[in-house]
Amino acid sequence: MTTDASTLPRTGAETKTRPVTIGAVRSSQRSRYTWLVPTLYIIFLLLPIYWLVNMSFKTTQEILSVFSLWPQNFTVQNYVVILTDPSWYNGYINSMTYVALNTVISVSVALPAAYAFSRYRFLGDKHLFFWLLTNRMAPPAVFVLPFFQLYSGFGLIDTHIAVAIAHCLFNVPLAVWILEGFMSGVPKEIDETAYIDGYSFPKFFVKIFMPLIASGIGVAAFFCFMFSWVELLIARTLTTTDAKPIAATMTRTVSASGLDWGVLAAAGVLTIIPGALVIWFVRNYIAKGFALGRV
Amino acid sequence: MDKTWNNKAWFMVLPVLVLVAFSAVIPLMTVVNYSVQDTFGNNEFFWAGTEWFKETLTSDRFHQALWRNLMFSAIILAIEIPLGIAIALTMPKKGIGVPVCLVLMALPLLIPWNVVGTIWQVFGRVDIGLLGRSVTALGIDYNYTQDPIDAWVTVILMDVWHWTSLVVLLCYAGLVSIPDAYYQAARIDGASKWSVFRHIQLPKMQRVLLIAVLLRFMDSFMIYTEPFVVTGGGPGNSTTFLSIDLVKMAVGQFDLGPAAAMSIIYFLIILLLSWVFYTVMTQAGEERR
Repeated sequence: MTTDASTLPRTGAETKTRPVTIGAVRSSQRSRYTWLVPTLYIIFLLLPIYWLVNMSFKTTQEILSVFSLWPQNFTVQNYVVILTDPSWYNGYINSMTYVALNTVISVSVALPAAYAFSRYRFLGDKHLFFWLLTNRMAPPAVFVLPFFQLYSGFGLIDTHIAVAIAHCLFNVPLAVWILEGFMSGVPKEIDETAYIDGYSFPKFFVKIFMPLIASGIGVAAFFCFMFSWVELLIARTLTTTDAKPIAATMTRTVSASGLDWGVLAAAGVLTIIPGALVIWFVRNYIAKGFALGRV
Repeated sequence: MDKTWNNKAWFMVLPVLVLVAFSAVIPLMTVVNYSVQDTFGNNEFFWAGTEWFKETLTSDRFHQALWRNLMFSAIILAIEIPLGIAIALTMPKKGIGVPVCLVLMALPLLIPWNVVGTIWQVFGRVDIGLLGRSVTALGIDYNYTQDPIDAWVTVILMDVWHWTSLVVLLCYAGLVSIPDAYYQAARIDGASKWSVFRHIQLPKMQRVLLIAVLLRFMDSFMIYTEPFVVTGGGPGNSTTFLSIDLVKMAVGQFDLGPAAAMSIIYFLIILLLSWVFYTVMTQAGEERR
């Protein structure tokens, strides 16, 4: 009986401790080698970007004559060219203008709609939600020609607002989807309590509800920014000079001036910077946003 | 969550409806209009019926572009999804490494698409690009402007570079949502790493993986800017995907009728896929409730 009593607790302790130590050993092995995979991947991601940055600090002559992993004659001339020439830096201003316009329009119309979808059932709601989604999935190439004709008809070609509205095609559905995902995470009891407390709907929405889904609004705005910033086909079609995005300025200047690789690289680097800055602010929510707020 | 039935909610949806109708429905009507008419110029149109649709559906050009596009989508899915899962599994879960990894990995996603194209165009060049130069130095004959296989390798590599991070971020979001208790339970049971993956992590990632697969499929199915900048659809027609072919037809050759018919067929394919996506998503959402 004594042996029984002594063995029982021991086996109990063994089953408790043994797997834990194995787990600990495993996780230490894990942390020793697994960092290699993401590191290699990040190196793979950064190499082409590094090459662009490297080129942007070289003269075009050096790019074409000497093959080197870093600039031999370090120069910022390429950046000076871009930042002093209005036809270059206006491209940035144009891009920023229509991206900002689009973000504001998309998020502000998507907010009430997302609330409606997350809180109410109404005639045709599911069909409407599906129809919105199809617009996110619509290939921009299909819309190029009709957009051009439509906006010509309204005399809106080459204005910032034209691009901003055109980009709503895919950004509004996206914003609705993301916001709906975040809003559905807020319990309905909060709405009801606020109404009982005598809040009117607009006051409740702005004062109580919007702060609750602030991160969702931030993520939606980020994604609108992102997709409007990276899209080029539609933006290029709808603009000629006054609202031409920087990315389109790049292609045009390149084909016209006999490939000034240095300036091209510098312009490319400058288009990466705004995105990199914006990511930092939403870094904790990016993943959830990509899952359309549904994780 | 129980939703109340309230048709007044329509008023909240109205702004979205008007805006998207303006940017989607009116242009689509234009396309439909063109697809059933023929023109000899001078803005004179006459009825052509379903002629353009028949022509498009039977043309080799459309079949080849469609086939190439399906091939492309299949290849990038086969590479990006397993790679994305592997990277998400090995990513750090806490500490300073997390924001650093997230930000660096999201970087390619925020580069304008034609700049992505430009980066790879330069990177792959045999004379001034790091990749082209290194591969040539290894004694491999590589030139993406001449050889169709090299062009495909470059375009696929570019897409992997550009979009794998999306899969990683999605899987990562799925992984961090798994409660610690699951892992502890698995540890007590002495579960192997593989069975933890197979029975805990994979099922928990199912939903985000679905989103990843479908988003990647759709986006690769309508890819335009990046391959256009890198290869221009060439050499020959070897990297001419559906969107590139469509824009070539509509803007380059101004064949409005066939281009419109192709747009509609293209759009219907997308619509079908969206429907599958939507059904799967909503069903998964209902299971969760």
